[in-house]
Amino acid sequence: MTDRPTRRELYERARRRRSNVVATVSTIVVVTALVVLIPRSPGWGRVRQAFFDGDVFRESFPGLLQAFWLDVQILLWSTPLILVVSLVVALARNTRSAALFPLRAAAVIYTDVLRGIPVILLVFLIGFGVPALGLSREWANPLIWGTVTLVLSYSAYTAEIIRAGIESVHESQRAAARSLGMTSRQTMTTVVLPQAFRNIVPPLMNTFVSLQKDVALVSLIGPVEILRQAGIDKAKYANFTPYVAASIIFLALTIPFTRLADWALARQRRRTGATTIG
Amino acid sequence: MRTSPTLRRLVPVVAVGALVLAACGSDDDSDASSSTDAPSGSVSGTAPADDACGNTIDDGVLTIATGEPAFYPWVIDDAPETGEGFEAAVAYAVAAEMGYDADSVVWVRTTFDEAIQPGPKNFDMNLQQYSITEERRENVDFSLPYFTSNQAIVALDGSPAEGATTVADLVDVKFGAQVGTTSLDFINDVIQPNQEPFVYDDNVGAKAALEANQIDAAVFDLPTALYVSGVEIEGSSVVGQFPADAGGTTDQFGIVLEKDNPLTACVDEAITTLTDNGELDAITQEWLADFTGAPVITVE
Repeated sequence: MTDRPTRRELYERARRRRSNVVATVSTIVVVTALVVLIPRSPGWGRVRQAFFDGDVFRESFPGLLQAFWLDVQILLWSTPLILVVSLVVALARNTRSAALFPLRAAAVIYTDVLRGIPVILLVFLIGFGVPALGLSREWANPLIWGTVTLVLSYSAYTAEIIRAGIESVHESQRAAARSLGMTSRQTMTTVVLPQAFRNIVPPLMNTFVSLQKDVALVSLIGPVEILRQAGIDKAKYANFTPYVAASIIFLALTIPFTRLADWALARQRRRTGATTIG
Repeated sequence: MRTSPTLRRLVPVVAVGALVLAACGSDDDSDASSSTDAPSGSVSGTAPADDACGNTIDDGVLTIATGEPAFYPWVIDDAPETGEGFEAAVAYAVAAEMGYDADSVVWVRTTFDEAIQPGPKNFDMNLQQYSITEERRENVDFSLPYFTSNQAIVALDGSPAEGATTVADLVDVKFGAQVGTTSLDFINDVIQPNQEPFVYDDNVGAKAALEANQIDAAVFDLPTALYVSGVEIEGSSVVGQFPADAGGTTDQFGIVLEKDNPLTACVDEAITTLTDNGELDAITQEWLADFTGAPVITVE
């Protein structure tokens, strides 16, 4: 073995260097154009004043960050619930026994109906409607019913992802497991589901990123989380800068997860042998 | 040694970051100052009163905005063009003082956001119970106040807020308020309850929360409170109102205009005239006389 790079390696290195230069130059051109052109538009002064007011930003930011903690809490307790409920629904939809037809039908109706109603409407319907039936103060808490809404809605989406994952496992896997004498349940838990979950990590992470933002809908029924706090500050200063500040806080949470989701997707492409054609 | 592929892919990103930082750093106030130029409104040939008053978005027409929907008793039946309801009547009186007869008034509807967003406005003046605050004045023009409102508490029968005579009686009450109102500031700054208040988009949300037993009481300006308790929420009442200067703040409603609009001076002049000649009082009596009665809660 020698340390000298092969001609092929040298060629590839040159190609990489060249595409890096092209990427850098084109990025600089685009960003410069944006940075130079936007401030030259006639309305920029007004836009800057309304959306990028430094004083309003500084004054609203700490309160927004504090309010964001509520979003994170709701996210943390909804996510495991969503995974459990959606798994149950997906498994119900995947049952094959004739006697369990009503269960399958119920799962289909659940996913159809809950995916078909906008989350924002569900928040109102469940968040105000259920407690109005006459619940005590602690059980009427909008945080409970807001969470229930998110879990119901997101479980419907996630159940479909899990079902797609289960169906992506080739039927021969099931057949092989059964022929080894495994029960239907053993087949599902030890053969099908582990493979299914590996396939659906990217879409699951995608849904999680989406949930991170929809958590803010709980504010419609009372709790002051970051979106509501931004609305309060917006009205206080008659200025939209708090919305920009809130967006930045959201991005600080969502970007790492979108990167992670992309990484998971790329890893899966490599694993399954799909190649990238430049 | 080979640099890792990840590192090399980062080069453009770092370059962009540096550019953005450089761009931000070189910002100065020259951009912002150009924005304060007066809008290039044309002086109308049929300019009523004087030049400032003729400076409207459409020549010879005064475009007035209100909420969608506009609520009783500020506008009756969501029909401001009838001039019925306190704010509708004030709008027509102000317009008349400015030299616009009823036929020259056009109504449009806006949200709060549309009233404060940058860029050309589709209204000359906007009134929908906007409280005048110093912070807001940085971004919009306010006219002189046309109404001074008391804050008031609406609760269902049997609420812990019932029978309160001082603010101290209210610290354990779970409150709700509408976003963007001074009522919310009033709860936080003056009542300072032990539990964080809930906040809703509109009084419909506050109503739903009262009925869902999620809050004990909601705070509104007094006319809205009396309307909400009398008409909208069955079994509720106004358990108390606060003096207008409670907590050292006065909640005054002003007409909103675009920042640095030359029309503001003209609107102010009209409101001063209406205040001095007693017409504003007469309008208040006509539309809001029934909206004053409620026990007073003191703030020590």
